[in-house]
Amino acid sequence: MEPLSNRSKKVAQKDMTFTERMYLPAVVQGLTITLKHFFKKKATIQYPEQTRERSSVWRGLHVLKRDEQGAERCTACGLCAVACPAEAITMTAGERKKGEEGLYREEKYAVTYEVNMLRCIFCGLCEEACPKAAIFLQDDKIAPARFERDEFIYGKDRLVEPLKTTETK
Amino acid sequence: MESVDLIYKAIYILVIFGITLLIATYSTYFERKIAAFIQDRVGPNRAGPAGLLQPLADAGKLFFKEDFIPAKSNKALFILGPGIAMLVATMSSAVIPFGDMLMVDGREIWLQAIEVNIGVLYVFGVVSLGVYGLMIGGWASNNKFSLLGAIRAASQNISYELAMGLSLIAVLMMTGSLSLREIAEQQAGFNWNIWYQPLGFVIFLICAFAETNRTPFDLPESEAELIGGYHTEYGSMKLGMYLFAEYINIFVASAVMATLYFGAYNFPFMENLRAAISDPVVANNVVTLVGVAAMFAKIFLFIFFFMWVRWTLPRFRYDQLMKLGWNILIPLAILNILLTGGGIMLKDYLF
Repeated sequence: MEPLSNRSKKVAQKDMTFTERMYLPAVVQGLTITLKHFFKKKATIQYPEQTRERSSVWRGLHVLKRDEQGAERCTACGLCAVACPAEAITMTAGERKKGEEGLYREEKYAVTYEVNMLRCIFCGLCEEACPKAAIFLQDDKIAPARFERDEFIYGKDRLVEPLKTTETK
Repeated sequence: MESVDLIYKAIYILVIFGITLLIATYSTYFERKIAAFIQDRVGPNRAGPAGLLQPLADAGKLFFKEDFIPAKSNKALFILGPGIAMLVATMSSAVIPFGDMLMVDGREIWLQAIEVNIGVLYVFGVVSLGVYGLMIGGWASNNKFSLLGAIRAASQNISYELAMGLSLIAVLMMTGSLSLREIAEQQAGFNWNIWYQPLGFVIFLICAFAETNRTPFDLPESEAELIGGYHTEYGSMKLGMYLFAEYINIFVASAVMATLYFGAYNFPFMENLRAAISDPVVANNVVTLVGVAAMFAKIFLFIFFFMWVRWTLPRFRYDQLMKLGWNILIPLAILNILLTGGGIMLKDYLF
Protein backbone atom coordinates (compact mmCIF):
# COMPACT_ATOMS: atom_id res chain seq x y z
CA MET A 1 0.00 0.00 0.00
CA GLU A 2 1.21 3.50 -0.83
CA PRO A 3 2.02 5.40 2.38
CA LEU A 4 0.23 8.73 2.78
CA SER A 5 3.36 10.45 4.04
CA ASN A 6 6.97 9.55 4.67
CA ARG A 7 6.67 10.33 8.35
CA SER A 8 5.66 6.86 9.49
CA LYS A 9 8.36 5.11 11.49
CA LYS A 10 9.20 1.44 11.39
CA VAL A 11 8.98 0.04 14.91
CA ALA A 12 10.47 -3.25 15.92
CA GLN A 13 10.45 -4.91 19.31
CA LYS A 14 14.06 -5.21 20.36
CA ASP A 15 15.21 -7.94 22.70
CA MET A 16 16.43 -6.54 25.98
CA THR A 17 20.16 -6.67 26.55
CA PHE A 18 21.58 -8.60 29.49
CA THR A 19 22.02 -5.52 31.71
CA GLU A 20 18.47 -4.46 30.92
CA ARG A 21 17.16 -7.86 31.84
CA MET A 22 19.00 -7.75 35.18
CA TYR A 23 16.73 -4.79 36.08
CA LEU A 24 19.02 -3.78 38.96
CA PRO A 25 20.65 -0.84 37.07
CA ALA A 26 17.17 0.46 36.27
CA VAL A 27 16.13 -0.01 39.89
CA VAL A 28 19.17 1.98 41.06
CA GLN A 29 18.33 4.67 38.52
CA GLY A 30 14.80 4.90 39.90
CA LEU A 31 16.08 5.03 43.45
CA THR A 32 18.38 7.96 42.65
CA ILE A 33 15.46 9.84 41.10
CA THR A 34 13.29 9.37 44.18
CA LEU A 35 16.21 10.29 46.46
CA LYS A 36 16.66 13.52 44.50
CA HIS A 37 13.01 14.32 45.13
CA PHE A 38 13.48 13.45 48.81
CA PHE A 39 15.89 16.37 49.23
CA LYS A 40 13.99 18.80 47.00
CA LYS A 41 12.51 21.95 48.49
CA LYS A 42 8.80 21.41 49.10
CA ALA A 43 6.34 23.80 47.46
CA THR A 44 3.70 23.41 50.20
CA ILE A 45 2.38 26.55 51.89
CA GLN A 46 1.22 25.82 55.46
CA TYR A 47 -2.05 27.65 54.88
CA PRO A 48 -3.45 28.97 58.16
CA GLU A 49 0.01 29.99 59.38
CA GLN A 50 1.40 31.11 56.04
CA THR A 51 -0.43 32.64 53.12
CA ARG A 52 0.65 32.83 49.54
CA GLU A 53 2.00 36.23 48.63
CA ARG A 54 -0.58 37.95 46.45
CA SER A 55 0.01 40.07 43.41
CA SER A 56 -0.18 43.83 43.90
CA VAL A 57 -3.16 43.97 41.50
CA TRP A 58 -5.03 41.22 43.40
CA ARG A 59 -8.72 42.08 43.85
CA GLY A 60 -9.95 40.93 47.23
CA LEU A 61 -12.56 42.05 49.74
CA HIS A 62 -14.12 45.52 49.33
CA VAL A 63 -13.36 48.39 51.67
CA LEU A 64 -15.12 51.76 52.00
CA LYS A 65 -12.38 54.29 52.54
CA ARG A 66 -12.29 57.28 54.88
CA ASP A 67 -10.47 60.51 54.12
CA GLU A 68 -7.58 62.04 56.11
CA GLN A 69 -9.96 63.42 58.76
CA GLY A 70 -11.63 60.08 59.20
CA ALA A 71 -14.87 61.01 57.38
CA GLU A 72 -16.46 58.49 55.01
CA ARG A 73 -15.69 59.36 51.39
CA CYS A 74 -18.75 57.65 49.90
CA THR A 75 -21.45 60.03 48.71
CA ALA A 76 -23.96 57.40 47.61
CA CYS A 77 -23.94 58.50 43.99
CA GLY A 78 -24.76 54.95 42.88
CA LEU A 79 -22.22 54.81 40.06
CA CYS A 80 -20.67 51.67 41.51
CA ALA A 81 -24.06 49.95 41.61
CA VAL A 82 -24.66 50.95 37.97
CA ALA A 83 -21.21 49.77 36.91
CA CYS A 84 -21.54 46.47 38.71
CA PRO A 85 -22.11 43.71 36.09
CA ALA A 86 -23.28 41.25 38.74
CA GLU A 87 -25.67 43.69 40.44
CA ALA A 88 -24.12 42.93 43.78
CA ILE A 89 -24.18 46.47 45.21
CA THR A 90 -27.23 48.22 46.75
CA MET A 91 -27.37 51.38 48.81
CA THR A 92 -29.74 53.96 50.24
CA ALA A 93 -28.71 57.60 50.32
CA GLY A 94 -29.31 60.02 53.15
CA GLU A 95 -28.70 63.73 53.88
CA ARG A 96 -25.99 64.72 56.27
CA LYS A 97 -27.36 66.40 59.45
CA LYS A 98 -25.72 69.33 61.23
CA GLY A 99 -22.90 68.16 63.43
CA GLU A 100 -22.11 65.14 61.34
CA GLU A 101 -19.41 66.86 59.25
CA GLY A 102 -16.74 64.81 60.91
CA LEU A 103 -18.47 61.57 59.98
CA TYR A 104 -19.31 62.11 56.31
CA ARG A 105 -17.28 64.17 53.84
CA GLU A 106 -20.07 65.19 51.45
CA GLU A 107 -23.55 66.45 52.16
CA LYS A 108 -25.05 63.23 50.87
CA TYR A 109 -23.94 59.92 52.27
CA ALA A 110 -24.80 56.21 52.21
CA VAL A 111 -27.13 55.25 55.04
CA THR A 112 -26.87 51.61 54.07
CA TYR A 113 -24.36 50.11 51.68
CA GLU A 114 -24.48 46.38 50.98
CA VAL A 115 -22.34 44.14 48.80
CA ASN A 116 -23.58 40.61 48.18
CA MET A 117 -20.40 38.57 48.21
CA LEU A 118 -22.14 35.61 46.57
CA ARG A 119 -23.03 37.77 43.55
CA CYS A 120 -19.83 39.77 43.40
CA ILE A 121 -17.36 38.58 40.75
CA PHE A 122 -14.50 40.77 42.03
CA CYS A 123 -14.09 42.43 38.63
CA GLY A 124 -13.12 45.78 40.13
CA LEU A 125 -15.48 47.88 37.96
CA CYS A 126 -16.92 49.59 41.10
CA GLU A 127 -13.41 50.70 41.96
CA GLU A 128 -13.01 52.23 38.50
CA ALA A 129 -16.46 53.85 38.51
CA CYS A 130 -16.12 55.59 41.88
CA PRO A 131 -15.53 59.35 41.43
CA LYS A 132 -14.69 59.87 45.11
CA ALA A 133 -12.05 57.13 45.48
CA ALA A 134 -14.25 55.60 48.17
CA ILE A 135 -14.40 51.90 47.29
CA PHE A 136 -11.41 49.67 46.74
CA LEU A 137 -10.81 45.95 46.48
CA GLN A 138 -8.12 45.20 49.04
CA ASP A 139 -5.05 43.16 48.10
CA ASP A 140 -4.76 41.23 51.35
CA LYS A 141 -8.25 40.04 52.31
CA ILE A 142 -10.68 37.54 50.85
CA ALA A 143 -14.32 36.91 51.76
CA PRO A 144 -14.12 33.92 54.11
CA ALA A 145 -16.36 30.86 53.86
CA ARG A 146 -19.57 31.00 55.92
CA PHE A 147 -22.48 28.70 56.73
CA GLU A 148 -25.47 31.00 56.05
CA ARG A 149 -26.34 32.86 52.87
CA ASP A 150 -27.35 35.95 54.85
CA GLU A 151 -23.88 36.28 56.22
CA PHE A 152 -22.51 36.90 52.74
CA ILE A 153 -24.35 40.23 52.48
CA TYR A 154 -21.74 42.60 53.81
CA GLY A 155 -23.16 45.83 55.29
CA LYS A 156 -21.43 49.03 56.25
CA ASP A 157 -20.40 47.51 59.56
CA ARG A 158 -18.04 45.15 57.78
CA LEU A 159 -17.13 47.28 54.76
CA VAL A 160 -16.17 50.67 56.18
CA GLU A 161 -12.55 51.10 57.02
CA PRO A 162 -12.09 51.24 60.79
CA LEU A 163 -11.23 54.61 62.36
CA LYS A 164 -7.60 55.09 63.09
CA THR A 165 -8.21 56.22 66.67
CA THR A 166 -4.89 55.19 68.12
CA GLU A 167 -2.78 56.65 65.40
CA THR A 168 -0.08 59.03 66.63
CA LYS A 169 1.56 61.64 64.48
CA MET B 1 21.27 -18.94 87.01
CA GLU B 2 21.56 -16.32 89.72
CA SER B 3 18.51 -14.27 90.52
CA VAL B 4 20.40 -11.08 89.62
CA ASP B 5 21.01 -12.45 86.17
CA LEU B 6 17.36 -13.40 85.91
CA ILE B 7 16.24 -9.88 86.85
CA TYR B 8 18.72 -8.40 84.40
CA LYS B 9 17.45 -10.66 81.62
CA ALA B 10 13.85 -9.74 82.41
CA ILE B 11 14.69 -6.02 82.27
CA TYR B 12 16.69 -6.44 79.08
CA ILE B 13 13.88 -8.35 77.37
CA LEU B 14 11.38 -5.67 78.43
CA VAL B 15 13.66 -2.94 77.06
CA ILE B 16 14.12 -4.71 73.74
CA PHE B 17 10.36 -5.32 73.56
CA GLY B 18 9.72 -1.63 74.23
CA ILE B 19 12.30 -0.52 71.68
CA THR B 20 10.81 -2.89 69.09
CA LEU B 21 7.32 -1.49 69.64
CA LEU B 22 8.60 2.10 69.65
CA ILE B 23 10.48 1.61 66.39
CA ALA B 24 7.45 -0.07 64.83
CA THR B 25 5.22 2.81 65.97
CA TYR B 26 7.50 5.45 64.61
CA SER B 27 8.08 3.46 61.42
CA THR B 28 4.48 4.31 60.51
CA TYR B 29 5.26 7.99 61.02
CA PHE B 30 8.50 7.86 59.07
CA GLU B 31 6.87 5.81 56.33
CA ARG B 32 4.40 8.62 55.80
CA LYS B 33 7.06 11.31 56.08
CA ILE B 34 9.37 9.56 53.62
CA ALA B 35 6.50 8.91 51.22
CA ALA B 36 5.61 12.59 51.40
CA PHE B 37 9.18 13.79 50.91
CA ILE B 38 9.71 11.52 47.92
CA GLN B 39 6.47 12.84 46.40
CA ASP B 40 7.49 16.49 47.07
CA ARG B 41 4.98 16.85 49.90
CA VAL B 42 5.45 17.65 53.58
CA GLY B 43 3.61 14.79 55.27
CA PRO B 44 1.88 14.71 58.66
CA ASN B 45 2.83 17.81 60.66
CA ARG B 46 -0.29 18.82 62.60
CA ALA B 47 -0.26 16.45 65.63
CA GLY B 48 2.47 17.72 67.90
CA PRO B 49 5.74 19.32 66.81
CA ALA B 50 6.55 18.18 63.24
CA GLY B 51 3.66 15.70 63.55
CA LEU B 52 5.56 13.53 66.03
CA LEU B 53 2.37 12.61 67.93
CA GLN B 54 0.73 11.28 64.75
CA PRO B 55 1.32 7.57 65.65
CA LEU B 56 -0.43 8.15 69.00
CA ALA B 57 -3.37 9.77 67.23
CA ASP B 58 -3.55 6.82 64.82
CA ALA B 59 -3.40 4.31 67.67
CA GLY B 60 -6.12 6.20 69.55
CA LYS B 61 -8.29 6.15 66.46
CA LEU B 62 -7.76 2.42 65.95
CA PHE B 63 -8.51 1.60 69.60
CA PHE B 64 -11.78 3.52 69.63
CA LYS B 65 -13.16 2.16 66.37
CA GLU B 66 -15.82 -0.51 66.45
CA ASP B 67 -14.26 -3.96 66.88
CA PHE B 68 -16.23 -5.63 64.13
CA ILE B 69 -16.30 -9.38 63.51
CA PRO B 70 -18.13 -10.59 60.38
CA ALA B 71 -21.15 -12.82 61.09
CA LYS B 72 -20.09 -15.74 58.90
CA SER B 73 -16.47 -15.76 60.02
CA ASN B 74 -14.76 -18.26 62.27
CA LYS B 75 -14.65 -16.02 65.33
CA ALA B 76 -11.93 -17.74 67.34
CA LEU B 77 -9.54 -17.91 64.40
CA PHE B 78 -10.49 -14.40 63.33
CA ILE B 79 -9.20 -13.12 66.67
CA LEU B 80 -6.26 -15.53 66.74
CA GLY B 81 -4.87 -14.40 63.35
CA PRO B 82 -3.60 -10.93 64.26
CA GLY B 83 -2.51 -12.26 67.65
CA ILE B 84 -0.23 -14.84 66.07
CA ALA B 85 1.14 -12.31 63.58
CA MET B 86 2.00 -9.93 66.42
CA LEU B 87 3.37 -12.58 68.80
CA VAL B 88 5.64 -14.14 66.20
CA ALA B 89 6.89 -10.75 65.04
CA THR B 90 7.87 -9.66 68.55
CA MET B 91 9.45 -13.03 69.39
CA SER B 92 12.00 -12.95 66.61
CA SER B 93 14.16 -10.14 67.99
CA ALA B 94 15.13 -12.25 71.04
CA VAL B 95 18.35 -13.72 69.64
CA ILE B 96 19.68 -10.67 67.85
CA PRO B 97 22.87 -9.31 69.44
CA PHE B 98 22.25 -5.57 69.66
CA GLY B 99 25.63 -5.00 71.28
CA ASP B 100 28.70 -6.63 72.75
CA MET B 101 29.41 -6.95 76.50
CA LEU B 102 29.05 -4.25 79.13
CA MET B 103 31.14 -4.40 82.34
CA VAL B 104 29.23 -3.08 85.36
CA ASP B 105 30.69 -3.69 88.88
CA GLY B 106 32.83 -6.54 87.55
CA ARG B 107 29.74 -8.24 86.18
CA GLU B 108 29.55 -9.07 82.49
CA ILE B 109 26.31 -8.00 80.84
CA TRP B 110 25.73 -9.31 77.35
CA LEU B 111 23.45 -7.14 75.25
CA GLN B 112 21.49 -10.04 73.81
CA ALA B 113 18.29 -11.52 75.22
CA ILE B 114 19.03 -15.20 74.58
CA GLU B 115 22.28 -16.64 73.35
CA VAL B 116 21.46 -19.86 71.48
CA ASN B 117 23.89 -21.70 69.26
CA ILE B 118 21.25 -21.94 66.52
CA GLY B 119 20.27 -18.23 66.51
CA VAL B 120 19.94 -18.03 62.73
CA LEU B 121 17.67 -21.05 62.61
CA TYR B 122 15.57 -19.62 65.45
CA VAL B 123 15.01 -16.36 63.56
CA PHE B 124 14.09 -18.16 60.36
CA GLY B 125 11.83 -20.63 62.10
CA VAL B 126 9.94 -17.92 63.97
CA VAL B 127 9.70 -15.58 60.98
CA SER B 128 8.29 -18.34 58.78
CA LEU B 129 5.65 -19.01 61.45
CA GLY B 130 4.43 -15.48 60.76
CA VAL B 131 2.69 -16.66 57.62
CA TYR B 132 0.29 -18.61 59.87
CA GLY B 133 -0.99 -15.28 61.20
CA LEU B 134 -1.83 -14.11 57.69
CA MET B 135 -3.18 -17.48 56.56
CA ILE B 136 -5.43 -17.98 59.59
CA GLY B 137 -6.69 -14.39 59.44
CA GLY B 138 -7.37 -14.60 55.71
CA TRP B 139 -9.14 -17.95 55.97
CA ALA B 140 -11.21 -17.07 59.04
CA SER B 141 -12.59 -13.93 57.36
CA ASN B 142 -14.73 -16.12 55.05
CA ASN B 143 -14.07 -13.71 52.21
CA LYS B 144 -12.72 -14.67 48.80
CA PHE B 145 -10.41 -11.69 48.55
CA SER B 146 -8.98 -12.32 52.00
CA LEU B 147 -8.39 -15.97 51.18
CA LEU B 148 -6.71 -15.08 47.88
CA GLY B 149 -4.44 -12.63 49.68
CA ALA B 150 -3.61 -15.22 52.34
CA ILE B 151 -2.81 -17.88 49.76
CA ARG B 152 -0.62 -15.43 47.91
CA ALA B 153 1.18 -14.59 51.14
CA ALA B 154 1.74 -18.26 51.98
CA SER B 155 3.02 -19.30 48.55
CA GLN B 156 5.18 -16.18 48.26
CA ASN B 157 6.79 -16.73 51.65
CA ILE B 158 7.49 -20.39 50.96
CA SER B 159 9.00 -19.61 47.55
CA TYR B 160 11.31 -16.90 48.82
CA GLU B 161 12.33 -18.70 52.00
CA LEU B 162 14.13 -21.25 49.81
CA ALA B 163 16.29 -18.67 48.09
CA MET B 164 16.81 -16.86 51.40
CA GLY B 165 17.97 -20.05 53.11
CA LEU B 166 20.29 -20.90 50.23
CA SER B 167 21.88 -17.44 50.26
CA LEU B 168 22.30 -17.83 54.01
CA ILE B 169 24.15 -21.14 53.61
CA ALA B 170 27.01 -19.30 51.89
CA VAL B 171 27.38 -17.09 54.96
CA LEU B 172 27.28 -20.13 57.26
CA MET B 173 29.97 -21.83 55.16
CA MET B 174 32.23 -18.85 55.78
CA THR B 175 31.55 -18.41 59.46
CA GLY B 176 31.09 -22.05 60.38
CA SER B 177 28.54 -21.17 63.06
CA LEU B 178 24.79 -20.77 63.41
CA SER B 179 25.10 -18.48 66.42
CA LEU B 180 24.34 -14.88 65.59
CA ARG B 181 26.74 -13.71 68.29
CA GLU B 182 29.62 -15.70 66.78
CA ILE B 183 28.77 -14.45 63.29
CA ALA B 184 28.85 -10.92 64.67
CA GLU B 185 32.16 -11.47 66.49
CA GLN B 186 33.83 -12.79 63.35
CA GLN B 187 33.11 -9.51 61.57
CA ALA B 188 35.18 -7.42 64.01
CA GLY B 189 36.24 -4.01 62.82
CA PHE B 190 35.58 -3.54 59.13
CA ASN B 191 35.82 -7.22 58.21
CA TRP B 192 32.15 -7.37 57.27
CA ASN B 193 30.57 -10.27 55.40
CA ILE B 194 29.25 -7.95 52.68
CA TRP B 195 32.79 -7.71 51.20
CA TYR B 196 32.82 -11.50 50.69
CA GLN B 197 29.13 -12.07 49.91
CA PRO B 198 27.84 -9.23 47.68
CA LEU B 199 25.73 -11.56 45.52
CA GLY B 200 24.43 -13.41 48.57
CA PHE B 201 23.49 -10.10 50.15
CA VAL B 202 21.53 -8.93 47.09
CA ILE B 203 19.62 -12.24 47.06
CA PHE B 204 19.00 -12.03 50.80
CA LEU B 205 17.83 -8.42 50.49
CA ILE B 206 15.35 -9.23 47.72
CA CYS B 207 14.05 -12.20 49.72
CA ALA B 208 13.74 -10.04 52.83
CA PHE B 209 11.49 -7.69 50.85
CA ALA B 210 9.34 -10.64 49.80
CA GLU B 211 9.25 -12.13 53.31
CA THR B 212 8.03 -8.90 54.88
CA ASN B 213 5.40 -8.41 52.14
CA ARG B 214 6.81 -5.06 51.14
CA THR B 215 6.66 -3.40 47.74
CA PRO B 216 7.58 -4.58 45.10
CA PHE B 217 6.41 -7.89 46.57
CA ASP B 218 3.29 -6.70 48.42
CA LEU B 219 0.93 -8.87 46.40
CA PRO B 220 -0.80 -10.32 49.49
CA GLU B 221 -2.16 -6.87 50.28
CA SER B 222 -2.49 -5.29 46.85
CA GLU B 223 -5.27 -2.77 47.28
CA ALA B 224 -6.34 -2.57 43.66
CA GLU B 225 -6.81 -6.28 43.02
CA LEU B 226 -7.66 -7.68 46.44
CA ILE B 227 -9.18 -4.74 48.38
CA GLY B 228 -6.43 -5.06 50.96
CA GLY B 229 -5.78 -8.80 50.79
CA TYR B 230 -5.79 -10.91 53.93
CA HIS B 231 -6.90 -8.02 56.15
CA THR B 232 -9.88 -6.95 54.04
CA GLU B 233 -12.39 -7.82 56.80
CA TYR B 234 -10.31 -6.45 59.63
CA GLY B 235 -10.85 -3.13 61.35
CA SER B 236 -9.91 -1.31 64.53
CA MET B 237 -6.92 -2.55 66.50
CA LYS B 238 -6.92 -6.02 64.92
CA LEU B 239 -6.03 -4.35 61.63
CA GLY B 240 -3.57 -2.25 63.61
CA MET B 241 -1.93 -5.44 64.88
CA TYR B 242 -1.41 -6.72 61.33
CA LEU B 243 0.09 -3.44 60.19
CA PHE B 244 2.19 -3.30 63.35
CA ALA B 245 3.46 -6.84 62.83
CA GLU B 246 4.56 -5.85 59.34
CA TYR B 247 6.65 -2.98 60.69
CA ILE B 248 8.15 -5.18 63.42
CA ASN B 249 9.06 -7.69 60.72
CA ILE B 250 10.81 -4.93 58.80
CA PHE B 251 12.75 -4.01 61.94
CA VAL B 252 13.74 -7.64 62.53
CA ALA B 253 14.68 -8.19 58.89
CA SER B 254 16.83 -5.04 59.04
CA ALA B 255 18.48 -6.25 62.24
CA VAL B 256 19.18 -9.69 60.75
CA MET B 257 20.66 -8.18 57.60
CA ALA B 258 22.81 -5.83 59.66
CA THR B 259 24.00 -8.77 61.78
CA LEU B 260 24.68 -11.21 58.96
CA TYR B 261 26.21 -8.92 56.36
CA PHE B 262 27.02 -5.52 57.82
CA GLY B 263 29.02 -6.48 60.89
CA ALA B 264 26.28 -6.11 63.55
CA TYR B 265 27.67 -3.89 66.34
CA ASN B 266 31.16 -3.73 64.78
CA PHE B 267 32.36 -0.48 63.30
CA PRO B 268 35.59 0.58 61.58
CA PHE B 269 38.53 1.54 63.82
CA MET B 270 36.93 0.02 66.92
CA GLU B 271 40.27 -1.45 68.03
CA ASN B 272 41.93 1.96 67.68
CA LEU B 273 39.19 3.40 69.92
CA ARG B 274 39.72 0.61 72.45
CA ALA B 275 43.47 1.21 72.47
CA ALA B 276 43.05 4.96 72.87
CA ILE B 277 41.38 4.64 76.29
CA SER B 278 43.76 3.47 79.03
CA ASP B 279 41.28 1.93 81.53
CA PRO B 280 40.26 -1.44 80.00
CA VAL B 281 36.80 -1.50 81.62
CA VAL B 282 35.93 2.01 80.43
CA ALA B 283 37.38 1.22 77.01
CA ASN B 284 35.23 -1.90 76.73
CA ASN B 285 32.09 -0.06 77.78
CA VAL B 286 32.68 2.89 75.43
CA VAL B 287 33.32 0.55 72.49
CA THR B 288 30.20 -1.45 73.33
CA LEU B 289 27.98 1.61 73.57
CA VAL B 290 29.30 3.05 70.29
CA GLY B 291 28.72 -0.43 68.85
CA VAL B 292 25.07 -0.36 69.94
CA ALA B 293 24.72 3.03 68.25
CA ALA B 294 26.35 1.62 65.11
CA MET B 295 23.98 -1.36 65.15
CA PHE B 296 20.93 0.87 65.40
CA ALA B 297 22.30 3.21 62.72
CA LYS B 298 22.60 0.23 60.37
CA ILE B 299 19.09 -0.94 61.28
CA PHE B 300 17.63 2.52 60.64
CA LEU B 301 19.43 2.75 57.31
CA PHE B 302 17.88 -0.55 56.27
CA ILE B 303 14.43 0.55 57.43
CA PHE B 304 14.88 3.72 55.41
CA PHE B 305 15.89 1.60 52.43
CA PHE B 306 12.73 -0.51 52.79
CA MET B 307 10.59 2.63 52.66
CA TRP B 308 12.65 4.25 49.93
CA VAL B 309 12.11 1.20 47.69
CA ARG B 310 8.41 1.12 48.52
CA TRP B 311 7.89 4.60 47.12
CA THR B 312 10.03 3.95 44.04
CA LEU B 313 9.12 0.58 42.55
CA PRO B 314 5.76 -0.63 41.30
CA ARG B 315 4.36 -4.04 42.21
CA PHE B 316 5.26 -7.28 40.40
CA ARG B 317 2.74 -9.34 38.54
CA TYR B 318 2.18 -12.66 40.29
CA ASP B 319 3.77 -14.85 37.58
CA GLN B 320 6.77 -12.50 37.49
CA LEU B 321 7.11 -12.87 41.22
CA MET B 322 7.13 -16.65 41.02
CA LYS B 323 9.50 -16.61 38.05
CA LEU B 324 11.93 -14.35 39.88
CA GLY B 325 11.84 -16.52 42.96
CA TRP B 326 12.13 -19.97 41.40
CA ASN B 327 13.94 -19.41 38.08
CA ILE B 328 16.38 -16.67 39.00
CA LEU B 329 17.03 -16.30 42.71
CA ILE B 330 17.36 -20.00 43.59
CA PRO B 331 19.85 -20.80 40.76
CA LEU B 332 21.78 -17.63 41.65
CA ALA B 333 21.86 -18.65 45.31
CA ILE B 334 23.18 -22.11 44.37
CA LEU B 335 25.79 -20.46 42.15
CA ASN B 336 26.73 -18.29 45.12
CA ILE B 337 27.20 -21.39 47.28
CA LEU B 338 29.48 -22.91 44.62
CA LEU B 339 31.50 -19.70 44.33
CA THR B 340 31.86 -19.46 48.10
CA GLY B 341 32.95 -23.09 48.34
CA GLY B 342 35.48 -22.53 45.57
CA GLY B 343 36.72 -19.41 47.31
CA ILE B 344 37.20 -21.24 50.61
CA MET B 345 39.08 -24.08 48.83
CA LEU B 346 41.25 -21.58 46.99
CA LYS B 347 42.06 -19.77 50.22
CA ASP B 348 43.07 -23.04 51.94
CA TYR B 349 45.19 -24.00 48.91
CA LEU B 350 46.99 -20.67 48.61
CA PHE B 351 47.59 -19.85 52.28
